[in-house]
Amino acid sequence: MQFLTLVAVLLLMSAAVYRMGRGRAQVLAGTEARSLHSLPSYYGYYVALWCGIPALLLIVGWLSLEPFILRSLVVDALPTEAKALSPARLSLLMNEVRQLAASGDFRFSSGPVASAAAEQYRGLRATSFGAMTVLALSLAVGGAVYGMRAISPKLRARNRVESAVKVFLVASSTLAIFTTIGIVLSLLFESLLFFQKVPLTDFLFGLNWSPQTAMRADQVGASGSFGAVPLFAGTLLISVIAMFVAVPIGLLSAIYMAEYAHPKFRSIAKPLLEVLAGIPTVVYGFFAVLAVAPFLRSIGQSVGISIASESAMATGIVMGVMIIPFISSLSDDVICAVPDSLRHGAYGLGATRSETIKQVVIPAALPGIIGGILLAVSRAIGETMIVVMAAGLSAHLTANPFASVTTVTVQIVTLLVGDQEFDSPKTLSAFALGLVLFVVTLALNVVALHVVRKYREKYD
Amino acid sequence: MTTASESQSRPGDQGINVAKVTANDVNVYYGDKHALKGVNLAIQANEVTALIGPSGCGKSTFLRCINRMNDLIEGARVTGTITLDRQNIYDRDLDVVQLRARVGMVFQKPNPFPKSIYDNVAYGPRLHGLAHSAADLEEVVITSLERAGLYAEVKDRLDEPGTGLSGGQQQRLCIARAIAVSPEVILMDEPCSALDPIATAKVEELIDELRENFTIVIVTHSMQQAARVSQRTAFFHLGELIEVGNTEQIFTNPQHKLTQGYITGRFG
Ligand SMILES: Nc1ncnc2c1ncn2[C@@H]1O[C@H](COP(=O)(O)OP(=O)(O)OP(=O)(O)O)[C@@H](O)[C@H]1O
Ligand SMILES: [Mg+2]
Repeated sequence: MQFLTLVAVLLLMSAAVYRMGRGRAQVLAGTEARSLHSLPSYYGYYVALWCGIPALLLIVGWLSLEPFILRSLVVDALPTEAKALSPARLSLLMNEVRQLAASGDFRFSSGPVASAAAEQYRGLRATSFGAMTVLALSLAVGGAVYGMRAISPKLRARNRVESAVKVFLVASSTLAIFTTIGIVLSLLFESLLFFQKVPLTDFLFGLNWSPQTAMRADQVGASGSFGAVPLFAGTLLISVIAMFVAVPIGLLSAIYMAEYAHPKFRSIAKPLLEVLAGIPTVVYGFFAVLAVAPFLRSIGQSVGISIASESAMATGIVMGVMIIPFISSLSDDVICAVPDSLRHGAYGLGATRSETIKQVVIPAALPGIIGGILLAVSRAIGETMIVVMAAGLSAHLTANPFASVTTVTVQIVTLLVGDQEFDSPKTLSAFALGLVLFVVTLALNVVALHVVRKYREKYD
Repeated sequence: MTTASESQSRPGDQGINVAKVTANDVNVYYGDKHALKGVNLAIQANEVTALIGPSGCGKSTFLRCINRMNDLIEGARVTGTITLDRQNIYDRDLDVVQLRARVGMVFQKPNPFPKSIYDNVAYGPRLHGLAHSAADLEEVVITSLERAGLYAEVKDRLDEPGTGLSGGQQQRLCIARAIAVSPEVILMDEPCSALDPIATAKVEELIDELRENFTIVIVTHSMQQAARVSQRTAFFHLGELIEVGNTEQIFTNPQHKLTQGYITGRFG
């Protein structure tokens, strides 16, 4: 609460200072508006930025350092026997201290040591907050004064504001990039831990996946085996089935839409098809489990094939339906981007419409279409919800589309659902699987985007 | 139309026996817009006929009537008759696809297919089954490229993409592609507007040679080009055919004051 108030005060100050800066610039300009370098409002922004930004930066820096400093102060002040605790226990104790300090209710304290530390922690935090408030406010005032004094007709306020905007934008995009890098690094780090316990070759080439490890040392059996090939194979099988459904239907509907359909029909049908892309994947999951799988089973019974109720076929078909709009929409775009001059060239030589499409338009659009398909494949490989609901859980190495298989994403989910021990190979294997998934889809996306971009260049 | 028939060489009635293509009272409407108004024009075999006139006067529209490319334009409607060797090409039972094999077209912007140079030229012959063997096809491709004056430049890279050629080469490739089908008439819509003077000179030379075997209709914005390559010139203005005659006569002694104004550069 206090913190929010502080930020609100800073924002109000900036707003007030904006008016002051603008007013001062107007006074300076007098009647001769051209004598100022920039519009008066830019001077206002300039001063407001000086008032707000340094103070906010201070707050951000302070808050990110505070926990570490407070922790070391409190740990220093602990009695010696508490200091001698193992690092894990010490961090448990500190967790408790922080919680006690936050709630302010010491009734559930585990002992006097914790209570005393919590008391100290509270005190330190209050001091710290006070100091931060004072510093931030004085920085804001100082910045505002500096900004106001800098105002003169020669000051290039507009350019300064422009560079501030640029810095802000750069900072935002850097943040996004660093978040991605952070995610990848944590994935990598946990995977390395996993590969210390299970050799990389066992993981990549092993044919047996049963991640149940013994929870207690005295438990028998279940030593765990982490050969991920059955998962890769299952993912591949389902993706291939999905592509067999999605590529022909998506491509043909794109061709119809782009080349044959009346513009009026197209303007209705295209958005309708794209609605398919907006359906939550959970709903596709229902559809797979409740409609497609039983339907396939009953067909299988009538022709005498045994089809598992969690067959790769049912899952793949539904996933394919989910991917249709991707392929059709991307292909439609690239087909429309094929210049009419090529079509006219073919017609002018006496080609019929379908000949023109088959021999000129599609070959011209092919790189773009392939790029779209690759993007769709990476969607299929990463798709989770449908397979969690409709595909199996146990890993079989099979190429039979009517058998039940499991996928990389399903295993990640099952490995991480429920209570976990964060250093067991079972849990860590999820990160290794995630890393593989990431690398594969990244590669697919890079190739696809490259292909699509090359194609764009050719016709722009 | 009175003005057109006033000019010395009367379109439509003169030399009906030798005219390759005749247009009789051709009107074209784009929706409500009346783009071409009662055009009568006879195009002689083995001649180059130039269509000139200010922008938007209907030159391309008329050209597209001759191979029915206007069929592809939404809302375009053509009335009147156009005959090719005395057969009305707007007849119900005429096969448009076959018509376009007989009347080839070269476009303003070179538009080679994203295929190899060889496949570009081979496209038409393959489409119409003109070659009976691979050797046959190769011969057709090579002679077409030779006639288009491109063979020497590309003979070592026939399997490279046609889109990788220079603009002038691409345009000559498109001409080779058009003549590979052995059409009787070749329509060219400003074929040199995207080319530099040297490439233009090459294409013009080529047009002059092609005249021996084909009937050529060319739209151009360049008076000099019309004077250099054509034997007959037709002047269009606001959708009407104003005057048609021998090129020399049109450029030295135009009958109509609109023609006079246009070729001396007073308007358009
Ligand atoms: N697809 C179309 N839809 C509607 N109107 C059209 C279409 N094509 C041409 N027109 C109109 O018909 C008239 C004749 O056009 P056309 O393209 O034949 O002119 P042009 O003589 O070839 O001109 P330019 O020298 O600029 O190429 C113009 O007024 C044009 O606006
Ligand atoms: Mg034109």
